Amino acid sequence: MTLSSPKRSPEMARRHFLQHLAGSSAIAAPAWTLISSLQANATEVRKNKKALILLWMGGGPATIDMWDMKPGSTTGGPFRPIATSADLQICEHLPLMAKQMHHMAIVRSMSTREADHTRGRYYMHTGFVPNPNVEHPSYGALVAQQLEQTRSDLEIPPFISVGGSSIGPGFLGMAYAPFAVDSNGRIRNLKMETEQSRFQERMVLLDRMESRFIGQGRGDAPKEHAKIVKKTERLLTSEQMGAFQVTQEPENMQETYGNTDFGRGCLLARRLVEAGVPIVEVELGGWDTHNNNFTSLETKLPEMDQAMSALVADLNDRGMLDDVAILWLGEFGRTPRINGNAGRDHWARSWSAVVGGAGFKRGIAVGRTSQDGTEVETTPYSSEDLMATVLKSIGIPLDIRFTSANGRPMKIAAGGRPIDELLA
Amino acid sequence: MSPKIHLIRNDEHSVLCGLKRGKTSLRCSVFFLRFILGAGLLWGCFSPTSADTGTTENIVEQINRRIYESWQENEVIPSPPCSDGKWCRRVYLDVLGRIPSIKELNEFVGDRSPDKKTRLVNLLLSDRYDQEYARNWTTIWTNILIGRSGGTERRTRTNRDGMRQYLHESLLHNKPYNQLVYELISARGTSKPDADNFNGAVNFLAMKLDEEAVQATAKTAQLFMGIRVQCTQCHPHPFNSWKQNQFWELNAFFRQTVALRRFEGGRDIAYIDLQNQDYQGPTGDPQEAEIFYDKRNGERIATYPIFTDSDGTRTELERNGFVDEVNRREELAKLVTKSGYLPVALVNRMWSHFLGLGFTKPFDDMGPHNHPSHPELLQFLGKTFRDSGHDLKELIRWIVLSDAYSRSSRFNSGNIEDDPLLGNPPMFSRYYPRQMLAEELYESLLKATKADKTKSNVAQQNEDKERWLRQFSTAFGTDENDEANTFNGTIPQSLMLFNGDLVKRATSTAPGSFLEQVSNDGNLSNTEKINRLFEAALARKASRQERKWATTIILRNRESVADALQDIWWALLNTNEFILKH
Repeated sequence: MTLSSPKRSPEMARRHFLQHLAGSSAIAAPAWTLISSLQANATEVRKNKKALILLWMGGGPATIDMWDMKPGSTTGGPFRPIATSADLQICEHLPLMAKQMHHMAIVRSMSTREADHTRGRYYMHTGFVPNPNVEHPSYGALVAQQLEQTRSDLEIPPFISVGGSSIGPGFLGMAYAPFAVDSNGRIRNLKMETEQSRFQERMVLLDRMESRFIGQGRGDAPKEHAKIVKKTERLLTSEQMGAFQVTQEPENMQETYGNTDFGRGCLLARRLVEAGVPIVEVELGGWDTHNNNFTSLETKLPEMDQAMSALVADLNDRGMLDDVAILWLGEFGRTPRINGNAGRDHWARSWSAVVGGAGFKRGIAVGRTSQDGTEVETTPYSSEDLMATVLKSIGIPLDIRFTSANGRPMKIAAGGRPIDELLA
Repeated sequence: MSPKIHLIRNDEHSVLCGLKRGKTSLRCSVFFLRFILGAGLLWGCFSPTSADTGTTENIVEQINRRIYESWQENEVIPSPPCSDGKWCRRVYLDVLGRIPSIKELNEFVGDRSPDKKTRLVNLLLSDRYDQEYARNWTTIWTNILIGRSGGTERRTRTNRDGMRQYLHESLLHNKPYNQLVYELISARGTSKPDADNFNGAVNFLAMKLDEEAVQATAKTAQLFMGIRVQCTQCHPHPFNSWKQNQFWELNAFFRQTVALRRFEGGRDIAYIDLQNQDYQGPTGDPQEAEIFYDKRNGERIATYPIFTDSDGTRTELERNGFVDEVNRREELAKLVTKSGYLPVALVNRMWSHFLGLGFTKPFDDMGPHNHPSHPELLQFLGKTFRDSGHDLKELIRWIVLSDAYSRSSRFNSGNIEDDPLLGNPPMFSRYYPRQMLAEELYESLLKATKADKTKSNVAQQNEDKERWLRQFSTAFGTDENDEANTFNGTIPQSLMLFNGDLVKRATSTAPGSFLEQVSNDGNLSNTEKINRLFEAALARKASRQERKWATTIILRNRESVADALQDIWWALLNTNEFILKH
């Protein structure tokens, strides 16, 4: 059982573990104290603090009403643009983000072809179009697999999905599957009520049984199961689980992010990244505004604005923004044409994504769409290109090749080319 | 009968047939011989008597023949048949949705009759298990028709119990599948069990009529016709041959349908009343009741109900929107249930349920873009299913008794290529191991620990189960009603099996519990106690080495055998061998 790591005092680890044995909750308060003391030692721990926070806008947000407005055009809708701290304008319903735009960059020339939710979600998460014969890894699995090596002391899952289920690990295997939690960071079934000696006895027998079955040559499923059992065991005995306790944050910090699921989710993301998790995805759904797009946005945008701006500012205040990349996107944009129900339908041909932090240039907008927003007028960028850029911004090399199970070589990010004008 | 003699005779016969089929090179015929040895019993696979007679046995033979041919053509050597215990566990899981009890297992394993497999399948499909059969398939079809979260969404109009009641009643009496689909598509009435004019079938469409019934259109095509046309609402399908007009022509059948909201007391919707109303189209002419859709260039197109069958035949209804004159939904129900799509889509779904993969991947995305692995077998099954009167239980018999279903899940040197992970088309030369569904795990834990004998009523038990299941599903809340299941092979699943309440109950040593009964049974030796646990969880006895491991634990816990058994039992429930169907 892995209890201690080179960077942690063995006494503290053992003491904490003993508390488990006494039947205390696995996310007992002392864990939080320990994390804080680790933060005090930040410089020592910070060998590689690169990470990605992916803000997933499920349903396909109307980016034409947010980041690439078309006032005066028939497609423009009723919202007004406002000035920001960078040399660009965004929607009037994003006033807090407007003050953070000097940290961020907008890609206004996303142009993709998948305008169906399932396909778009897959494509924007993996860089590959769905293929019945191979499952590709998502951002989460890729970043977790690539950066995990630099986090030998990480005991909690390297890919955490908050408030959504993200996309699976594909051929990288269940060890890189998203660990899904709600925005309160609550995790079920953590409480272990078995005394240590018996727990160990159980694990020994379990391990033997697993190996026996694996040895019978039934393919990967039994092996994958054994890996997950190991991960679960490690997690159960880890004091790093304290990072999930988002309510341990000072009240004013919680208020800054907002008393919403997405607000708590973003705050949780920051805590997890601070604890060493290389990739956290936070989902905000409900963007599928076929009807009443504008009234929906009037309530949705403030929630997003508060949480996202708090995250950017907080990462910056803590000196983490140079290491942590932020990626904001959904499966596609929405039609410039406003339909008969005051809604906008699915639209992949011209839309926007937002990035910031890590190795990104700040305060710029890349690309341009036509006056009514229906066409990209500059170089169009694909999911592959965006993915290559994001991976590069956190130092993941792009010459990595994977070999899928059937021996076919596969380029990382489907061979996408990084968007040079976005990278510092 | 003596299987050994049978084997030799058939081998010779089959080798000759194989050679006649054009395998002339020495290498091929040697290969074919190896294939025959691997295949084991090939009873009468090319026997002249296997004409198109409709008996179960003959149909199974014909399935086998087509499977053997695909093995031969692909030079695959099938894995040997699995043990009786493993086969028994599979059948209970796939037919009843739970593992067998020790008693059920030993009845089958101890049965010496040559047709024991047929007898077991017949038993599970008989009156003795009809309630359990109906429970399991109600769960399966409820998830297919309204999703795992259907009826639990905020402001839902689906009544999950209503859906379940309708399905339970239908499956209990083995309603012909075409009738079931007819009723689901054409249903009228209220969604909630004790409301006036209750018809649980309406719950299928209850939430699918919003935004011009796009969901009703897409799901009808996907679930009953095996084709995915969702994206053709906006543009021609990128791969299959469906065009945008076909989507809206199908959609036009649903435009008379309305889900009237019924309120009780407060402001929340209590239930819906699904009805048909006269439709006059946006231009207000009920004689020409058109619908409009937008092409991508913004052009508005008018269209009417037209059904395109799998062979391209198009059936156009009268354009009249008066329900009394043209009931569009009933017409659609007739067209779908008579279509070429219906039986083929269903057998592909069922094959996938039992074998882990369908003939296409995904099984509900068929069409010219997705070539099936066994086209002839798929067509044969579809036709035979239709000829059987759409008999679901009969179809289950054929699949479960087929040779493909009884293969071991272990690779051998001659079929390592038959791995779905490699992206190759499935050959079904081995059984593909896969996770139990959450529902199956739940029922299995209850059965293995006799916790299903609790006193609480059925409604309460269902509610407990639904609540437990909900922790593993997330709805995306998009217009496609997508949802994700976070059960399969994840850490949350593992945490649940380590520490969850259900497992705590399953591993309880309280008086009356399974473990207490085993540990206090004075007639059982320690070895027999260990075997009980292995049989209950894994449908087999412990191996010698496993017995040693387990005995060590018992000896180390001299004060309490129950505690030791609890530790062993916990470990068994957490193994890959337990959670996987294999």
